[in-house]
Amino acid sequence: MVTSRTAPILRATKLTKRYGQRTALIDASFELWSGEVLAIVGESGSGKSTLLNVLAARDRPDAGTVEFQLKDGTISDVFQMTEAQRRLLARTDWGFVHQNSADGLRMDVSAGANVGERLMALGDRHYGQLRATACDWLARVEIDPSRVDDLPKHFSGGMRQRLQIARNLVTRPRLVFMDEPTSGLDVSVQAKLLDLLRQLTQQMDLASVIVTHDLAVARLLAHRMIVMQRGRIVETGLTDQVLDDPQHPYTQLLVSSVLQP
Amino acid sequence: MYVAVKGGEQAILSSYQLLDRQRRGDQTVPELSIAQIRQQMKLAVDRVMTEGSVFDPELAALAIKQACGDLVEAIFLLRAYRATLPRLGSTKPIDTSKMILDRRISATFKDLPGGQVLGPTYDYTQRLLDFSLLERNEDVPLALASQATDPTITSTTEVPRVIDLLNQEGLIETHLAPENDVSPFDLTRHPVRFPADRSTRLQNLARGDEGFLLAMAYSTQRGYANSHPFVGEIRLGSVAIELVPDELGFAISIGDIEITECQMINQFAGSKTEPPQFTRGYGLAFGHSERKAMAMSLVDRALRAEELGETVQSPAQMPEFVLSHSDSLEASGFVQHLKLPHYVDFQSELELVRKMRLGAKDTETSQDDSGVEHE
Amino acid sequence: MNDIEKGLTSVDALTRSNENQGVSQHFNFAYLDERTKRMIRRAVLKAVGIPGYQVPFGSREMPLPYGWGTGGIQVTASVIGPDDILKVIDQGSDDTVNAVNIRRFFQRTTNVEITTYTQAATLIQTRHRIPEMPLREDQVIIYQVPVPEPMQRLEPRERETRSLHGLAEYGLMHVKLYEDVARYGHIATTYDYPVLVNHRYVMAPSPIPKFDNPKMHMNPALQLFGAGREKRIYAVPPYTTVESLGFEDYPFEVQQWEAPCEICGSRSSFLDEVITDDSGGRIFVCSDSDYCQSRQSSAEQNLPAQTSGHSNGK
Repeated sequence: MVTSRTAPILRATKLTKRYGQRTALIDASFELWSGEVLAIVGESGSGKSTLLNVLAARDRPDAGTVEFQLKDGTISDVFQMTEAQRRLLARTDWGFVHQNSADGLRMDVSAGANVGERLMALGDRHYGQLRATACDWLARVEIDPSRVDDLPKHFSGGMRQRLQIARNLVTRPRLVFMDEPTSGLDVSVQAKLLDLLRQLTQQMDLASVIVTHDLAVARLLAHRMIVMQRGRIVETGLTDQVLDDPQHPYTQLLVSSVLQP
Repeated sequence: MYVAVKGGEQAILSSYQLLDRQRRGDQTVPELSIAQIRQQMKLAVDRVMTEGSVFDPELAALAIKQACGDLVEAIFLLRAYRATLPRLGSTKPIDTSKMILDRRISATFKDLPGGQVLGPTYDYTQRLLDFSLLERNEDVPLALASQATDPTITSTTEVPRVIDLLNQEGLIETHLAPENDVSPFDLTRHPVRFPADRSTRLQNLARGDEGFLLAMAYSTQRGYANSHPFVGEIRLGSVAIELVPDELGFAISIGDIEITECQMINQFAGSKTEPPQFTRGYGLAFGHSERKAMAMSLVDRALRAEELGETVQSPAQMPEFVLSHSDSLEASGFVQHLKLPHYVDFQSELELVRKMRLGAKDTETSQDDSGVEHE
Repeated sequence: MNDIEKGLTSVDALTRSNENQGVSQHFNFAYLDERTKRMIRRAVLKAVGIPGYQVPFGSREMPLPYGWGTGGIQVTASVIGPDDILKVIDQGSDDTVNAVNIRRFFQRTTNVEITTYTQAATLIQTRHRIPEMPLREDQVIIYQVPVPEPMQRLEPRERETRSLHGLAEYGLMHVKLYEDVARYGHIATTYDYPVLVNHRYVMAPSPIPKFDNPKMHMNPALQLFGAGREKRIYAVPPYTTVESLGFEDYPFEVQQWEAPCEICGSRSSFLDEVITDDSGGRIFVCSDSDYCQSRQSSAEQNLPAQTSGHSNGK
């Protein structure tokens, strides 16, 4: 892997997105470095989900570019690629963890099939090995491997999220997008999941963009963070700095309204 | 010693004879004539023409007779006939504003230029079986309504369409002819690919099974995609069919056809820069086919959900679902094909199940299909 | 000559040619009008050029219902010529009512020679089986297909499956196979078993038993597939690779029977189960009636028995 440390793994430049008359995203720019976790924080309607969807090529921007550093080190404009290239990227070098696990899993096939699907799509044809790999990954995300043949619809919310993570990480992507990965889960379950995410991103040297409205998630997981308000990035910087010493009035408001334990 | 069953050919020939007998029924009862079906079962003929995609009341009546009254079967006969007819040309689009009206109603206005003309309709009858029809009263002439009942409407009166009236204020969306006015896609010649444009969708719906469309339309009224519809106008009457032969360079009329047209007015859409307008659904059928035209117009509007920026949530709004299942020939053919021999496929399944049951007896199964796990 | 004149002239010419053929003057040769045949042939050529790819075509309403073989009939009607010798089978038999019906249709509309002998036929239209006798380069076999899309049960939207084929994204198919092994210990598909054609397109071979799948691989004959209701044509050109999907450790396997055919003794053909008495007694006989018959006649004449020439589990 030739990922250059001198060039960012992901670069967004002046991204703008409109829905009819409403402008959801205005001139968003930032850089992400390999192995770095970036949190995008804001209230609902701030444009953070729009930004994530554009970055992950799930939505096309009206202006601006998204550039990704491929495995061989070349920088590629994501929206200049063919549909086929983008889809391949999405299945191998990228991951996307949905807020609602049902959107990111096949609910009526087994956990093993869910984890093995990307590998099968890439040509793996040995059932025994696929199953073993799936069991391995289930263990890594702290799901009992004996549940490899069970259906996700019989899993709890936390387990489904962990399964979703395994499904994405099995191809060792270098960049993972996460949309509110812990929302809707119990506090203790959230904590466990965040811990797991932190471990995995460190172990696998993952670059990650995490959208969240929860500052605690940003604090725990992210090296850097971006604060969004009404479609614009209003503040960016190292997580601790932004949270401990917010400069922008909106950030100050956000930070002050969070109850400190 | 087992001898393989033979005689498929003979079986088919015998079945033809039985079918003929069934079609004819009791020979002491006078045989039905095509003219009788055409005259006295008009609404059946109209449906067969609409879904058969051929305006020819005589052929439709023949099909009904041959099919013993099974309209889906009759539609099949007409379609199969149509499939290999040579194409001689295309007509100009019909102009329903010039329709000679037999019936014209609008639910959106109490009164309007041209008036509300009830015409021949079951709408305000009481559905009581009329046992006097059991007897054929040829000696007693029916007190038939005279042809020209409404003095305000004559064959030369041009009655403005409700849509055009609303349009004067700009209240209703207009659909202009596309640039270069290209010929519409002909789905009887080419397969439909998705996404399908509106013209293709309307063709499909016009030929679609009335029962299916009715159910889909009904679903939109019951919360499966609400669109607050109103009948803007229903017109029944005859329109001229015009053709422009190359040799002449101008249009000539090659005949009249009777059609039913329904303009459905639906909830308005608008945005910060565009003022709200009513949206439309359209239905058209041969002969007197109101239920079909109305159902078609509701489904047409539902299928425009994506175009109008509405969330697609229910089957009636999904073009692939509606258009793939609307054709009675396709549906009937595939459903009924299950009667064909499938014993080879079944044989394979039989073996598999036997094998699995054998396997299940040997091994202990501990598939824990327990419920939700708490952490 | 304007369109109307052209239309009338061709109808005229065809009526005359039909009379020469001995075919009723109410139909064109093989029923379909020439324009339609041309359209179908173009689709067939495209299909042959892209093995396993489903080519959409303007399927016509035929005198038989959709779902009853109209696709196969339209393909046959477009490729058949007056010198062809036609065999029509259903479930392997020439004598099931459906085969009889289709054969009669072609007799009425083409007057070509009809045969039940696989080896004598130039065109074979089939529903749900491949004949046991190996085919030759001068033969064409036409399959009737109910559901051309191999992933339809997993993904009913054509718009989506079109992309998947275009991008060769077949993960969904393998997920289904994986799931079968996880649940049953083996792949649970027994007919219409999906295949990979020419190392590129995953194709539905039509509801032939998986037993027949190996026959499609490197077959000298041209294999054409017609789906009338779904409006798709596809093809496997002669000598093309056709591999049934599976796993390295759970490979594709064909069915086996313990007993031979009760009538001709064959141990290598597909056998139908026949219930012979009220107490559920059963025997097994060849599904391919012509094959069984010819083995019987060879036996009666003391000639060496023919074998299907296909080894199981290929």
